[in-house]
Amino acid sequence: MQTDTSPYLLLLVLMVGALLLALVPIGLARLWALTASPPKPGAEKNAIYECGLESKGDAWVQFRPQYYIYAIIFLVFDVETVFLLPFAVSFGGLSAGAFVAIMIFLLLLVEGLVWAWQKGVLSWK
Amino acid sequence: MTVPEPYRLILYLAGILGFVGLNAAYLVWVERKGAGRFQRRPGPTEAGPAGLLQPIADALKLMSKQLLVPAGVDRTLFRVAPLLMMSPVLISLAVIPWSESLAARNINVGLLMIFAFGSINVMAVMLGGWSSRNKYAIISAARVVSQNVAYEIPMLLVIVTMIMVTGTMDLNEIVRQQEGFIWNWNIFRVWVNPLMPLTFLVFFTCMLAETNRAPFDMAEAESELVAGAYTEYSSMGFGVFFMAEYANILLGCALGTVLFLGGWQSPIGILPGVFWFLAKMYFLIFTVVWIRWTFPRTQFYGLLNLSWKILIPLSLFTLILTSAMMKLF
Repeated sequence: MQTDTSPYLLLLVLMVGALLLALVPIGLARLWALTASPPKPGAEKNAIYECGLESKGDAWVQFRPQYYIYAIIFLVFDVETVFLLPFAVSFGGLSAGAFVAIMIFLLLLVEGLVWAWQKGVLSWK
Repeated sequence: MTVPEPYRLILYLAGILGFVGLNAAYLVWVERKGAGRFQRRPGPTEAGPAGLLQPIADALKLMSKQLLVPAGVDRTLFRVAPLLMMSPVLISLAVIPWSESLAARNINVGLLMIFAFGSINVMAVMLGGWSSRNKYAIISAARVVSQNVAYEIPMLLVIVTMIMVTGTMDLNEIVRQQEGFIWNWNIFRVWVNPLMPLTFLVFFTCMLAETNRAPFDMAEAESELVAGAYTEYSSMGFGVFFMAEYANILLGCALGTVLFLGGWQSPIGILPGVFWFLAKMYFLIFTVVWIRWTFPRTQFYGLLNLSWKILIPLSLFTLILTSAMMKLF
């Protein structure tokens, strides 16, 4: 089978198909609700579900700053991993110098992990 | 077989939609039946022979429920989230080679595309949880993000290792390289890297965590968070999330089959490739169900520790070991 170099029409069609696969059942449910079970909204019926207790305070709260540090650590790793992808594809034809360079890069990745670990970013209470 | 282009497109679309629909429905049956058998009870038996009509009954039940949108939610995001969960899976399934000549599209960056679309999934659950304005849902959303973020890194590192071993991101080419006997499968290629089976294990663990499956189902920990991010979804809104979740497991297992278990390659040389592909894939899916009903849920911090302190160093080590061994020998 040949490798397709301009496959993106199918992806577009599939995206529409995927939306249909999600929208059709929801549409059917809506149709059913319209014809067979008229909505009877009420303050209690439309309330947020909290196991029967009345909801206290807003759920949209601010997160602790630790989350942001965590996110930044992830971002660093993720971007560095993306840099590894081209290296992996062209691995077969790499010269020794390039290989050493990428090994140093990998060791920096390891060092980043060790640093984050030492700093206590990776320990939770 | 040569079918003109527009018809082929429609055929592939119908094929993938039908396959995902059927699997999403019947994997639920497999899950429930499996759950029953693992706990020494019969599972669903009432609807149809051996409960085989149970998925249809479930779908009808979900459909007849009201689509409630609670007061105070962010309506747009609340409605977008299920759609956002469903689409990336289907698009990713387009590049899976089911057999030598059966793949919707054969893209030279197929593997990269799957992971690009795969990361949208997290956003869907997060949006669903956040827009619900429910405390359980928001706790679940925060958990999903930190969990998926943590397991994305070892997953990607394993993928980089596999790309290095095979030298391509074309899934079809990856399978073709594993031709021949069982020891040509990537999982047994121990002369490239003696830790190859372990690499597969890392991949499988990450796949479980990325699809929010037990023992890593912190997102939908039903005994503490009701239904997690899906708490406020009723009727088919919940149904679509559920379907997408099973479609995700399908995708993960199909990918595991392609990358490690030799895809459509037959170990003994009989029967067509599609059969072997499906057999390997369903075996992996069964293992996923098996694990869910065998292991208790982990603690959340234990989960993060497993990723950052064990899986990431391990996958970095296999990456360095593989590249060193491939350069030296």
